[in-house]
Amino acid sequence: MPNPPVSDFATDFDHLDERWVKDPYPIWDELRATCPVAHSDRYGGTWLPTRHEDVAAISNDHDHFTSRSIIVSDHRPGEEAPPAPIGIAPPISSDPPFHQIARRLLLPAFSPRAVAELEGFTRALCERLLDGLADRDVVDASIDYAEHIPVGVIAKMLGLPPEDGDTFRHFVHLILEEVDLPFDERLAKFTPVEEYVAAQVADHLANPRDDLLSYLLNVEIDGHKLEEQHIFGTAVLLLGAGIDTTWSAIGASLWHLAQHDEDRRRLVADPSLLPVAIEEFLRAYAPVTMARIVTEDFDFKGCPMKKDDWILLSFPAANRDPEFFDRADEVVIDREINRHAAFGLGIHRCVGSNLARMELRVALECFLARFPDFHLADPGAVAWSRGQVRGPRVLPLAID
Amino acid sequence: MRVTIDAGRCQGHGRCFTLAPDLFDSDDLGSGVVLGDGVVPDGAEHRARLAVANCPEGAVGIEED
Repeated sequence: MPNPPVSDFATDFDHLDERWVKDPYPIWDELRATCPVAHSDRYGGTWLPTRHEDVAAISNDHDHFTSRSIIVSDHRPGEEAPPAPIGIAPPISSDPPFHQIARRLLLPAFSPRAVAELEGFTRALCERLLDGLADRDVVDASIDYAEHIPVGVIAKMLGLPPEDGDTFRHFVHLILEEVDLPFDERLAKFTPVEEYVAAQVADHLANPRDDLLSYLLNVEIDGHKLEEQHIFGTAVLLLGAGIDTTWSAIGASLWHLAQHDEDRRRLVADPSLLPVAIEEFLRAYAPVTMARIVTEDFDFKGCPMKKDDWILLSFPAANRDPEFFDRADEVVIDREINRHAAFGLGIHRCVGSNLARMELRVALECFLARFPDFHLADPGAVAWSRGQVRGPRVLPLAID
Repeated sequence: MRVTIDAGRCQGHGRCFTLAPDLFDSDDLGSGVVLGDGVVPDGAEHRARLAVANCPEGAVGIEED
């Protein structure tokens, strides 16, 4: 049963609403100007900050806002849920001080130097995908291209079978998009995820190898290997967070370039502009919204927040704040000053940001080199994901 | 002119060492570090200012002589 349609976003917003899914920017712009921290009774009570200043303040206040759950749904994690600080998927669900311990375990695997070693693999993957699209008049940049890139890379990093990509995307869809299912149904659907990860853990224990999952099985905190729940949670996090986020960023960038010939021609003529242009695509089309839960009743800038209220922490809305960015509603591919928050702010900055940037740059370089001219084959056919990660899931491009 | 990084604010977004690799590097955890004594050589001033202007956490600073 879909949620009822929203009539007033200032008092009743819903991030699954059709209008929001299709084009959220006018909604956020209006709220920012009239009601910068909106409230909705949906999901048991949810707040939506739309100004950069407020998103930053909440991101940096771990006393009033816990990361115990970072995906808004009808089920708020109760006392039976793995509590903070460890939480369900460390470190994204962890609060200080455990957060930093869990995070430091992962950071070396995602450092710029570690990521650079994956560039050749990523480029070969992109080229192989493009080889399969030769001679096509219409290419779906999401289905035929973008969705396969982060899946291939994270499977390689974790040491999972590359042919399991469909399984991973199915998991991610469940975790991030099917958030309005009845709780029991949603919980039951997680059983195959648990079984899959358990089987992979067993295989890695039996056949240790040089990959991230083997590393997680052997790494120690204070002389102790990680708890089973920690390994499972982190494995699900790495699968869930690294796939449709980057998929969305690649797709949204190509969606923009399909409609802006001048930008596309500039980048084709001079690919060295891509790193700066990518930052602008990340700002303007930031895929990821996070969530927090209010820890106690308190007043946030005049908003009477209640314990266990959700915060929909919209980095994409913060990135469109005209108080913080010049020409915030325009895509300026050579923007020089760009303190965007696409990878979050504060201690939970996306652990995979270096990897995401590398994948995005390589994916766009390869695509533009192969297909310098393209436009939307059917603008009405473009379909966007729902929930807290936004990107095109159907994106047919006509190759000129 | 000298560049600085406030380690308490840096979260490893990596903008400084990407935009000004002659002034900054990353450590093994991906946090930004100032190369050498941070003194900005002639010709690198624009890159230093770019690093400041693109740090999402406001962790990169410039000390003018």
